[in-house]
Amino acid sequence: MSEVDLIIVGAGPAGMSAAATAAHGGLRVLLLDEQPRAGGQIFRNVGENRATRGWLGKDYASGARFVDALAHPQIATQFGATVWRIEPGPRVVWSQDGVSHVSDAPHVLLAGGAQERPVPFPGWTLPGVMTAGAAQILMKSSGMLPKDAVLAGSGPLLYLVAAQMIDAGCPPKALVETQTLGMMAKALQHLPRAVFGLPTLLKGLGLIRKIRAAGVPRFTGATQFEARAVDNADIAFSFSHKGRRHSLTSPLLLTHQGVIPSTHMSRAAGIKHVWNATQQAFEPVTDAWGATNVPGLHVAGDGAGIGGAETAAASGKLAAINVLHELGRISADQRGQRAAAAKGAKFRSRAIRPFLDAAYAPPAEFFAPNDATIVCRCEEITAGAIRQGIAEGASGPRQVKTSLRTGMGPCQGRMCDATVRGILSAVTGNAADIAPPRARSPIKPIMLGELAAMAPDQEEMA
Amino acid sequence: MNIASRFQTQPEEGPLVQITVDGTPVTAAANMTLAAALLAHSGEASRQTMSGAGRTAFCMMGVCFDCLVDVDGTPNTQACMTIVRDGMVVKRQSGLRGLGGGRGDV
Ligand code: FES
Repeated sequence: MSEVDLIIVGAGPAGMSAAATAAHGGLRVLLLDEQPRAGGQIFRNVGENRATRGWLGKDYASGARFVDALAHPQIATQFGATVWRIEPGPRVVWSQDGVSHVSDAPHVLLAGGAQERPVPFPGWTLPGVMTAGAAQILMKSSGMLPKDAVLAGSGPLLYLVAAQMIDAGCPPKALVETQTLGMMAKALQHLPRAVFGLPTLLKGLGLIRKIRAAGVPRFTGATQFEARAVDNADIAFSFSHKGRRHSLTSPLLLTHQGVIPSTHMSRAAGIKHVWNATQQAFEPVTDAWGATNVPGLHVAGDGAGIGGAETAAASGKLAAINVLHELGRISADQRGQRAAAAKGAKFRSRAIRPFLDAAYAPPAEFFAPNDATIVCRCEEITAGAIRQGIAEGASGPRQVKTSLRTGMGPCQGRMCDATVRGILSAVTGNAADIAPPRARSPIKPIMLGELAAMAPDQEEMA
Repeated sequence: MNIASRFQTQPEEGPLVQITVDGTPVTAAANMTLAAALLAHSGEASRQTMSGAGRTAFCMMGVCFDCLVDVDGTPNTQACMTIVRDGMVVKRQSGLRGLGGGRGDV
């Protein structure tokens, strides 16, 4: 007999709202997260900060209610817990402080969220180049403020980070944006639908107004990023804008091109995935409740497809309601009634996605960067080497991996899969046929000793 | 070389811990991640790749593995996923670590 009814992997908005819903419905929940505290990346450390860092904004502070809801006798939480294997059963294998544990339950909800899309260009590996999300995590978790940073890329998060930096008294030196007027014009066709997401739209316009009022220079339609280390390890960042080359020097260059679902766990668990051409990423196939083709496994939140924090919270709730139904705690009618509000919230919060996806689509140069660019950060493999490997016969991600070692370092492709795929499809022209790369356990590196220590147990169970 | 931090840090409030980084004492807020403490202390690289290139924490959320350091003798520890502890002995890493020790082996 399992000691819990539902294991949730990931304590972001999706996982936290699912845990509360399930516990209120009488289920015993085990919530695992690899970070030290609940919140996920969006609400990182909100339980400790609450509203004390006002410059992080009201939406951030509002996340404390999710963390508070975890204080329920039916919810057990484990932090610093890295899930490295999902087995049929379902059974979850996770590592904490160098010791692995196995937990099983009739239902598992994967709510692992998203990662930032890699933004490869020459120099993106230098110390002093980070993701915009990384800087925001430092602001949330340690109150560390980026010094005179340049923000480069595109997407709503870039505006949010810029606005938070302005409010914190450390405005960015410049915003270098890749989206063009043409992309904006094309996105406008989605505006009628986006009206359901009016608050989000207004919030975005407010952020842009704030950036303008602060006098932060903006370059839109920028291309051909390049970073070099100069004196004192500052970064000289150059880019083309309106036919001219510009260079900005700063201690910190923060890049961003939107987020993509983190799919290592869902792929390794055997869940079917599809290519989302609009968002240029693989995502798991789920039904309206988040249920997948693997018995007992649901996926919710950005890990099921990018929708943002509100969509994530709603989808976590829907998954928990469905689990309550599948465990016989509520009837199909009750499931429908309880789901109504979350379904509405999910619809409204997703309405603005097509507009955002079109307006801030990542430019092709980040999927097929020039030959000199390092693509695989772990193994230091350049785009040129990958192109040569393809010319010598590697026809898919797996052959590229075995011939060049891309994706074989500790990050296991998290930083290079998307670009390898981009280069492959640019060279071979068969974007639609390229399967998602394999993900295998352990999906995060663990110590050999840890694996050895658990081997006998595993055999007994098998 | 001594490279100034790329971040402004707030005045410390709350409990502090002492760690050493390559023998140099460093003070950090008790609830900080090690990657944050390293970034607050210096803008220098915290590890070197096989080719000798310098790297520091890039994603701060456990995805990129560019923040790997040696913590209390365990190499390949993700600094962004580790909370500082009083007396922690941290060493910058160069190249890849061999089998038998830390994370990244499997
Ligand atoms: S900074 Fe990316 S894994 Fe630690």
